[in-house]
Amino acid sequence: MTNEVLRRPEAHEGPGGADETRAAKAAAAASARAGAVPAPAAAGAQAERVTLWRLFLVFLTLGATSFGGGVVAYLRQALVVRQRWLDDETFLSGLELSQTLPGLNATNMSIYVGERLRGVSGALVAVLGMILPGAGIVMLLGVLYASHGHLPDVSLVLGGVGAAAVGLTLATTLQIGRKQLAKPLDLSLVVLTFVVIGVFRVSLPVALLTIGPLSVWLYRPRARTTPTNDAASAGEAAR
Amino acid sequence: MTLLTVLWVFGALSVMAVGGGTAVLPEMKALTVNEYHWLNADQFGQVYSLGQLAPGPNMLMVSVIGYRVAGFPGALAAIVGFFLPAGLIMFFCGRIWDRFAESPWKVAVQRGLAPLTIGLMLAGTWVLARTVILGPMTALIAVVVTVVLLVKHVNPALLIFGGGIASWLLGR
Repeated sequence: MTNEVLRRPEAHEGPGGADETRAAKAAAAASARAGAVPAPAAAGAQAERVTLWRLFLVFLTLGATSFGGGVVAYLRQALVVRQRWLDDETFLSGLELSQTLPGLNATNMSIYVGERLRGVSGALVAVLGMILPGAGIVMLLGVLYASHGHLPDVSLVLGGVGAAAVGLTLATTLQIGRKQLAKPLDLSLVVLTFVVIGVFRVSLPVALLTIGPLSVWLYRPRARTTPTNDAASAGEAAR
Repeated sequence: MTLLTVLWVFGALSVMAVGGGTAVLPEMKALTVNEYHWLNADQFGQVYSLGQLAPGPNMLMVSVIGYRVAGFPGALAAIVGFFLPAGLIMFFCGRIWDRFAESPWKVAVQRGLAPLTIGLMLAGTWVLARTVILGPMTALIAVVVTVVLLVKHVNPALLIFGGGIASWLLGR
């Protein structure tokens, strides 16, 4: 069981996407519970301090090889399984934060991990490593686009890529949001946000500052009322 | 002056990117296309596609928009604007995050923002779809990719490149 959990991300190393993100998350959660991946050296002793150069190289490799929006799966494979810089619990906690705060998961995770390992300079080299390869290639494509973007062949290829990207983002959203789309309260917040932004074209800051507080308020912590409830949920947990 | 505008526009998008890049696409299009006229809707879709063709975060395509506005300095301004503010927020929150591990409000914020994030991503996908799906062929590609990814375990990069090649072969 433990071995299977550990092997899983390796088995299909390369592919990305939401499925991978979910698989990585599940694997991380499972092995955090089982204590499958031994606690990393970096967490305990300061003896095996990661050098900034090595940190940079690992993230540079990640930035150069992760395609298709599935960076999280690559991150876990590299940081938790291969380098053992983090344990799964720390990885998951960073991922939760990355998803809650503004910014991309890939860069947010780089900053979180870099900071954990080497402070400010660690965060800086990790995030630079993550974005430099892609930035270089996008820039090259951008320069080519500026000179050849008017060609019909270029429009055709990019049109197809864009259409495929719509499919990818839709599938990703549906997979990430599986839980939210199944619960009535969550689903109504999803629909409300979609309609407000996508249909009524309300500007994003306005939408964030109204729907954001509303939905956090709906999930506000409530004081546990009766001891029977407590007993019931304790029983639930025991099962 | 233009550089500052680029920096400001992408900086504002950066702090609003709850749910990542897809979530801010509608606002990004509204600002860069409708308000500042840095590019037209077709070009916006094509630049987004460029970002899909490179490794790493696909929102690095903001550099191409910056480049169109003010050359290489513009590209740099777009990247700094889009990645620095959110990066700083992440950096400082990462340091204090563990202290809130037990706070019930942490759970409330996480659970409350989750549906908002999904709604924003769906709206981003919708705006993107209206920009790049211009006929039956592109619609077909989008539907095929969605279905394939939902039912099978495929490397999305293959489908992205496949979409480009299919469109070129079918459309010539």
